[in-house]
Amino acid sequence: MEGFKGGIHPNYSKEKTERLPIIDAKIPKRVVIPISQHIGAPCEPIVKIGDAVKKGQKLGEAKGFVSAPVHSSVSGKVTAIAKFPHPSGRDALSIVIESDGTDEWVEGLAERTDYLKLSPDELKKIIHNAGIVGLGGATFPTHVKLSPPPDKKIRAVILNGAECEPYLTADHRLMVERPEEIVEGLRIILKLLNVQYGYIGVETNKPDAISRLTEVVSRIPKQKASETYVERSGIEWTKDVEAGPNIRVIGLDVKYPQGAEKQLIKATLNREVPSGGLPMDVGVVVQNVGTASAIYNAVRFSRPLIERITTVTGAVTYPKNLRVRIGTLVSDLIEECGGFSGEPGKVIMGGPMMGMGQHTLNVPIIKGSSGILVLPKTAAGQLEFYNCIRCGACVRACPMGLMPNMLSIYGELRLVDTCVEFKPMDCIECGCCSYVCPSKRPIVHFIRYLKNELSIKKAKAKEKKEAVNPVRKEVA
Amino acid sequence: MEKLEELKLVVSSSPHVRSDETIEKIMYTVILALLPAAGAGIYFFGINAATVIMLSIITAVACEALMQKAMGRRIAVKDGSALLTGLLLAMNLPSNAPWWLVVIGSAFAIIIGKQIFGGLGFNIFNPALAARVFLLISWPVQMTTWPKPATIFSKVSVDAVTAATPLGLLKSELLLKNNIGEAANISIIDMIIGNIGGSLGEVSAILLLLGGIFLIYRGYISWHIPASFIGTVVIISAIFWIIDPARYASPLFHVLTGGLLLGAFFMATDYVTSPITSRGMIIFGFGCGFITILIRLFGAYPEGVSFAIMLMNLVTPLIDKYVRPSLFGEVKQSV
Repeated sequence: MEGFKGGIHPNYSKEKTERLPIIDAKIPKRVVIPISQHIGAPCEPIVKIGDAVKKGQKLGEAKGFVSAPVHSSVSGKVTAIAKFPHPSGRDALSIVIESDGTDEWVEGLAERTDYLKLSPDELKKIIHNAGIVGLGGATFPTHVKLSPPPDKKIRAVILNGAECEPYLTADHRLMVERPEEIVEGLRIILKLLNVQYGYIGVETNKPDAISRLTEVVSRIPKQKASETYVERSGIEWTKDVEAGPNIRVIGLDVKYPQGAEKQLIKATLNREVPSGGLPMDVGVVVQNVGTASAIYNAVRFSRPLIERITTVTGAVTYPKNLRVRIGTLVSDLIEECGGFSGEPGKVIMGGPMMGMGQHTLNVPIIKGSSGILVLPKTAAGQLEFYNCIRCGACVRACPMGLMPNMLSIYGELRLVDTCVEFKPMDCIECGCCSYVCPSKRPIVHFIRYLKNELSIKKAKAKEKKEAVNPVRKEVA
Repeated sequence: MEKLEELKLVVSSSPHVRSDETIEKIMYTVILALLPAAGAGIYFFGINAATVIMLSIITAVACEALMQKAMGRRIAVKDGSALLTGLLLAMNLPSNAPWWLVVIGSAFAIIIGKQIFGGLGFNIFNPALAARVFLLISWPVQMTTWPKPATIFSKVSVDAVTAATPLGLLKSELLLKNNIGEAANISIIDMIIGNIGGSLGEVSAILLLLGGIFLIYRGYISWHIPASFIGTVVIISAIFWIIDPARYASPLFHVLTGGLLLGAFFMATDYVTSPITSRGMIIFGFGCGFITILIRLFGAYPEGVSFAIMLMNLVTPLIDKYVRPSLFGEVKQSV
């Protein structure tokens, strides 16, 4: 199989939690649920202070198409609607609920057994209402991703089970323990998009996940492909032969960032998403395995997204894979894992390559929180950085074929206008360049600076243009 | 939980883990790879060679520290880059070079070759090569008087006897007799182990090759530059040798003599002054090889490695401008 160019082999450090079964975290006394846990417009609170709410009850209504509602993850009482620390680093409007300990579901959650017979629009509505967003970390509202414009013909759906971030094992454990939910979720997505072929890409360092998924896939009804079809990667679908299931589990090379959307598509199907384009430009929709499981639970049991699997690992006494209620504070989870082992230096939400450093433990787990990684004080020092010595390690490591060395210099010198030559907007911020740099340059940070400045400039230019030539905005 | 409130956490941009690669590690590994060949220089040219090496290194490191202090930069001599420059320059000098020549050369390498441009990472030329060429055109006599190799165990005073380098002999024989003459009689074994005249660090072909392979194996240099550099020299010299073996030396002779191996593995591969992409490196190596063999076959100087690499150093920004890595998704594909 032809994979993507570049990438790195960091120390995966997954052994602490990869064999630990998922356990339910204690139901917290208090949850803090931000109204923005996704990319797009924040939702609008529909509860007031003092309201009694049940588990699964909607707290905030989506505002616009690219938005997602939020739900209460416990039953209890709304005690505050105010700004609270948010994992993004800024304070954000959040709804605080004190749990009453009953953990009662909201009424009217119907179970569906014939869910594969629902229409695409019905399925989309269920998914939207359940507040499902990409659980791999990007948190893009899932119903939007499942609504490609009609001119984009989708031919394949890939579930992302690569979990290439070091330390994290949440997706891994989910694939081992609940492969049925993932496969059913994929079947729902296939049905929704009217797509025949589904793939589940898993790095080969998770053989147990691959075998469990393969076993589940082998049990789903056999189906003949409607046409003989060979993927660029050599995967064949044959019409004449008695075909197996229309889903295949694909083992992927163990290489970071194998789980980056474009790299995953390249490795699985050997299709290259054009620069500046989206997966749908090559006829593919990618969803995280956790998202597929959430879709299944929403469609089958009408359960909104109120919990997720989060790996709590690093310098904590008992690292764990926890099923956590959205809104649980990080401090509660650290306590549940026996506290810190040694002096903590950094608390990262997500993995070590792309996660965000937190300034306080009073931030809640949100829909995109795949892990809490504690780095000891000794590993959290600020590194002095040096001049670029042009060793080229970053150029070889970059999975996007960029020249991070040049971008880092342009960023350092704030050459925003001239940096576009080196395509900063193609950067996926995977961190490979900074990881390999012997001069310890914060390359990704410099590129983020450039991207941000370019976005501001673009927005300003647009504003100016619209001021001169007003366009009537459609009400979404 | 009270205690947790007092926590001071570091917040920084991702990624939060880094590889253990550092500039020091790279520099000291290259130095390590050079040591066997430098040792051969001392073995064949005696204590003088050791003196030149020490003098060159001390001057380089001292100048680096002084310049960094004077220019208000962070003192970073422990990164090993000045040490490496000092060692490389020494390896490009005759073992009987007078002390002042070594000091001037080494100071030139660091001050003019490197710090004036902004220090490590910003120099245009390989500093050691810039210094060598500066010395060669300023003091041509001292720079081209080569002691005859006499191992440190021999009783002969090494300074007393001088001899031409194989390439020098080749050039003079061609001028005098219009054929390769005496140069044909140099033993291949001597060329391989380093029992020939030349700069103190360039003579031992086998140890330079081993050092180069070690660096490629460790991933600190890639094969592209050495392969295209040496390959170009081999192909072009082979063409002339096949046409007229009486007037042109064999490709093997060209590979084993002069500064080719030292240049191809340790000087042309300098990160700062060579292209960053593999394709760029191949073009760069080809240019180095082409200019080297052009000077060796048709130029006034017997040896052209230093000039070739310096000229190609100048072309590096141009190569980097036009030879870029292929951007992911640049070519739009149909579904």
